[in-house]
Amino acid sequence: MTFKGWRLPVLLILPQALITAVFFFWPAGQAIYQSAFIPDPFGLKSQFVGFGNFEYLFSDPYYLASFKTTAVFSILVTVVSMSIALWLALMADRIIKGSGTYRTFLIWPYAVAPAVAGVLWLFMFNPNVGIASWYMDQMGYDWNHKLNSGQAMWLVVLASSWGRISYNFLFFLAGLQAVPRSVIEAAAIDGAHFWRRFWTIVFPLLSPTTFFLLVVNIVYAFFETFGVIHTITSGGPQQATTILVYKVFSDGFVGQDLGSSAAQSVVLLFVVGLLTVVQFKFIERRVHY
Amino acid sequence: MKKTLLGTVMALAMGTTAVPASAATEIQWWHAFTGRLGDLLAEQIETFNASQDDFVVVGTHKGNYSEALNAGIAAFRAGEQPHILMVFEVGTATMMSAPGAIKPVYEVMKESGADFNADAYLAPVKGYYTTPEGEMLSLPYNSSTPVLYVNRDALTAAGLDPDMDLSTWEQVDAAMDKVKEAGSDCPLTTAWQSWVHLENLSAYHDAPFATKENGFTGLDTELAFNGPLQVAHIQAMGEWAKDGKFMYAGRRNEGGANFRAGECAFFTESSAGYAGVKAEAEFEFEIRPLPYWSTVEAAPQNTIIGGSSLWVLNGHEDEEYKGVAQFLNFLSSSDVQAKWHQDTGYLPITTAAYEQTKAEGFYEKNPGTDIAILQMTSKPTTGNSKGLRLGSFDQIRGIIDEELEAVWTGDKDAQTALDSAVSRGNQLLRRFEQANK
Repeated sequence: MTFKGWRLPVLLILPQALITAVFFFWPAGQAIYQSAFIPDPFGLKSQFVGFGNFEYLFSDPYYLASFKTTAVFSILVTVVSMSIALWLALMADRIIKGSGTYRTFLIWPYAVAPAVAGVLWLFMFNPNVGIASWYMDQMGYDWNHKLNSGQAMWLVVLASSWGRISYNFLFFLAGLQAVPRSVIEAAAIDGAHFWRRFWTIVFPLLSPTTFFLLVVNIVYAFFETFGVIHTITSGGPQQATTILVYKVFSDGFVGQDLGSSAAQSVVLLFVVGLLTVVQFKFIERRVHY
Repeated sequence: MKKTLLGTVMALAMGTTAVPASAATEIQWWHAFTGRLGDLLAEQIETFNASQDDFVVVGTHKGNYSEALNAGIAAFRAGEQPHILMVFEVGTATMMSAPGAIKPVYEVMKESGADFNADAYLAPVKGYYTTPEGEMLSLPYNSSTPVLYVNRDALTAAGLDPDMDLSTWEQVDAAMDKVKEAGSDCPLTTAWQSWVHLENLSAYHDAPFATKENGFTGLDTELAFNGPLQVAHIQAMGEWAKDGKFMYAGRRNEGGANFRAGECAFFTESSAGYAGVKAEAEFEFEIRPLPYWSTVEAAPQNTIIGGSSLWVLNGHEDEEYKGVAQFLNFLSSSDVQAKWHQDTGYLPITTAAYEQTKAEGFYEKNPGTDIAILQMTSKPTTGNSKGLRLGSFDQIRGIIDEELEAVWTGDKDAQTALDSAVSRGNQLLRRFEQANK
């Protein structure tokens, strides 16, 4: 529809615009402004350095390595949490008896806060006292995620994916139930078995859900896994699990280097912007609505 | 429903403002202690509050050491800082470099007219928190130093005499071989690897950890812990790790669980770990001085402290600072200090508290508890053994932890790892210098 005049449209947009301004543009602007300074922790004095903070960052090999770590981590979390969720949703969708109970149990972990999930996994995999590491030790596998960077990465990926599986499961299940039964039944009559029906009919029809979850999960892996990483590895060993957002925290709030931290936030802002553009431009083309 | 909810909110909001203004002035103290230490701290506050009517000290737990420091800094930026903030020794340089944010303890004491004698405090303890001119900036609260814990039963089981001489690393190494041969998975483990095996190692052998007297005389200090002494020690530990003689358990004091469970023969840990070991160990244990390398002539120098001190923050009323001074004086009194020292294993901060503990016969009943003090006070300190005053040191320790872990796994040799830690750490020191120009 079209509006006469400009007052009503502006009024309707205003709440959203205000929220975006207060919670996004203002802090983002602050980050950009602060990235040009090196302040002291107490905010008593501050020195202008122009692009000095960025030069410092990009000459740090550990910062550059953090990009790769972030990419590996985000892809693993997204793939693991989405594929397991899809598989569980497929199975739950086929059950007739007691499906409500199954669903409730599968959705449950979503209610656990990331930091708490981190602590739970940490207890199980603690190299000294953890039950999982004890069983692995019995089987002759030496588990020590405090020294082994590969194990550390897998542990934070699993802990981050665990709660996320429930969230993805919910959406996949809803998506599956929206697939018209008639199409599936027709294919079944034509003799297509379950997996064939899945790949040729269900999966393409699910693509809007899958795409939505892809975007949301990558954003989740980028920003919200912070609590898990903080409780399990604190970014170690040897920065093997220091993703970009964790480095913003540790440089800013452990190292009190707010200038570098602000510069990293600006870089992160660009990375996520770029990622979203890429997703919508290239992947969305393959989505059938 | 809406009305009652609104009513409740109003009542709550009014409730907080309508509390009758009490006659006593409140003193806020933010700290980082939980568990047993938290209880003992709360007990000190209660005793102080009960002892007078003018001031009420309110203790608030603000998370671990790093978190408490961050909370204090954030609160200062927001203008809501507490009067007293507990800061671990690692944050000393950060606090010292912010003269506008802190009110030095000697000044608080002088202005309030409180009875204060800086000479009453143990030199190696207060030295960490004192200017080169001898002015005390913060009040040492809990200070400890690393010592060697020995599982005597494990030595006996390996066919060794548990009373054997363990003064040097060479002797400990030979004992570890025997323990290993007897089938142990953990001859040695450690807590706080950077603090024990680099910071204290350097001071104990009178080698610089950083230039400019470890940062005491200038912000333009550079790390120097990649010298031959430190490389040799870390290389040896790397080989012990490879041979299964040194078991690495984590960056903090995770190894304590293994030692207390009786799995390990030797454990390098803070003297403050005593209470925990004593409570849990179901074997005979003993405290020995930290070993040194016999090849280094200057050793043993003295070890340095870890722990925290209390900083007074700027921006409060004079009247409130009087209360702060009174409370800090109370904390320094011999009775409080002697009790704290005996309950926790932390060092007493005054000579009087040490003498009192000795006179009470505590050291005879608990052999080894005075080793930490003797180890720290046996020799006058040198430029390398006064302590450390380095900016961004929390993060530098993180870097050191990472590089040491690379040595324990065999990814890097000691020289490469320490060189890398030095150059990465120096970058942070330059950032800190720039921010505090």
